[in-house]
Amino acid sequence: MSLLEIEGLEVTFGQGEGRVAAVRGASFSLARGETHCIVGESGCGKSVTSLAIMGLLARGATRQAKRMEFDGRDISRLTEREMSRLRGHRIAMIFQEPMTSLNPAYTIGSQMAEVRTRHLGGTKQAALDRAAELLGRVGITAPGMRLGQFPHQLSGGLRQRVMIAMALMNDPELLIADEPTTALDVTIQAQILRLLAQLQAELGLGLLLITHDLGVVARVAHRVSVMYAGEVVENAATADLFAAPRHPYTRGLLECLPIPGKVAPGAPLGSIPGMVPKLTPGFTGCGFRSRCSLARAECAAPVALRGAPHLYRCVVDA
Amino acid sequence: MASFLLRRLILAACVALTVLTLAFTLTRLSGDLAISIAGPSATDADIAIIRTAYGLDRPLPEQFLAWVGRAAVGDFGESFFFKARVSSLIAERMPITLSLGLTGLGIALLVSIPLGILAAVREGSWVDRLVQLFAMIGQAMPSFWLGLIMMIFFGLQLGWLPVSGTGSWEHYVMPGTVLAFSAIPALTRLTRSGMIQALASDYIRTARAKGLSRFSILFKHALRNAALPVVSIASVQLGFMLGGSIVIETVFALHGVGFLAWESITKNDFPVVQAVVLVLAVIYVVLTLLADLFNAVLDPRLRG
Repeated sequence: MSLLEIEGLEVTFGQGEGRVAAVRGASFSLARGETHCIVGESGCGKSVTSLAIMGLLARGATRQAKRMEFDGRDISRLTEREMSRLRGHRIAMIFQEPMTSLNPAYTIGSQMAEVRTRHLGGTKQAALDRAAELLGRVGITAPGMRLGQFPHQLSGGLRQRVMIAMALMNDPELLIADEPTTALDVTIQAQILRLLAQLQAELGLGLLLITHDLGVVARVAHRVSVMYAGEVVENAATADLFAAPRHPYTRGLLECLPIPGKVAPGAPLGSIPGMVPKLTPGFTGCGFRSRCSLARAECAAPVALRGAPHLYRCVVDA
Repeated sequence: MASFLLRRLILAACVALTVLTLAFTLTRLSGDLAISIAGPSATDADIAIIRTAYGLDRPLPEQFLAWVGRAAVGDFGESFFFKARVSSLIAERMPITLSLGLTGLGIALLVSIPLGILAAVREGSWVDRLVQLFAMIGQAMPSFWLGLIMMIFFGLQLGWLPVSGTGSWEHYVMPGTVLAFSAIPALTRLTRSGMIQALASDYIRTARAKGLSRFSILFKHALRNAALPVVSIASVQLGFMLGGSIVIETVFALHGVGFLAWESITKNDFPVVQAVVLVLAVIYVVLTLLADLFNAVLDPRLRG
């Protein structure tokens, strides 16, 4: 049984005329101990998907899903109170903005400890001991000293490590990481990514990693979902996806990558012409058809995923 | 923290010195003090005697230094009108003003913080609009009018509360409430906007992702960050309540420091005026300092 099973997830923002469909029937599943990447460009709905799973969508957003199961349990109809018992406990999340994701008014120790005592009880001291242990584990030196420090005394890379350690306080089964390295320096990015991959393997975490970076995908993902215009357009094992992409959008993305050995130095990289369509409600069919050289008339009708286990959402045979 | 405290103290001392100088020069600028002390029927000779007796013939810097020297040890001289020590006049009236001001601030905070939080949590709803309407009406309402209406209603018609004097704690309920209304609109709006901003922040999203309780998210994580501007403005408002409650003190016949200031200004009783201005200024400075310290406790980034 998979740890996370999402089918037909839809998220819309706003009301009436200004309504925008951010996610249009996204489906994917994540097995226990698996790293699953959702990759796509800005605005494709990948972050919204992660927030929708956590039940953290902003007010004014509506969420619907055919199926939304965590560990076999339907989480689409949980109340806020029930959901808050899962969040931070069995499902944890880290974000793109390490600089602002910690509360400036409380010490690292206090912020880490509260998530432990909230879900598992126990003394504050026990929680602080656990926090110190995890800070060490994510590669922070002098954890005891760090516990007493405030977020503004730490660099961005350190803060992201703190966020990771905090997410692990209750041994979650699922960790959702929304572009965890995007806001960091390139060297720090590599360190954080390595750390995440290492923790995932050691702890057997289910890791749902949201990223726009195919390089990241290639390095850590077991499985990939490519999102475009609110839909998962391709879903495959990482090696299969890179070896034989089936959706025209995925192929276009891979042609944009400067892969040493494949692309000659100085040769122009590929690009995808056109722009992402505006996703007003009522928009149906393939979101990529306006930019796709293979587009046909039937692309305007809803396109089903096919080709299991290497799923793709396209009417043209790959 | 020590260097922060030292910096704030030095700054506070500078402000106090500036006010001291202003209080002294402004009273001197308001006319020849010897003439007003002597009264309308005095002869030139009388005025000359008074001028010498009060040291008004000395050079201004000398008068200033003498006054500062005495003020530093709590000696503000004697009131021309009341024929009493200025320091004891102020000491007598300060408890009334302090009780009134603290009651006012207490009521203001008890009303505006919950209202502000409620409006922020229900942003855009009818509750929010109602709170904002209440704040606007509160802002627009003159305090003497509110005071009179309350006296008529609660004092005369219902007979629940005494309308004037200072005999018991009940005497402070109405003037305290009226005074609170001068602070409630601003404090409510600040709490509301601060909470809206805090609730939209990334660290609140983190707190929610941690599955914390709604109580902890609102009161531990959001309110502490939203409170900073509220604390700063509340301290200024308290200063205003202590110094500027002349209207309220008059309406409710509370003979506090505000009333004393007004009396002595009309009677050109400059030792009292100078002393009251100085005392109120020092209170302002101390309140601002306390607010800064309290904010530094709330937000570690301010301790640098």
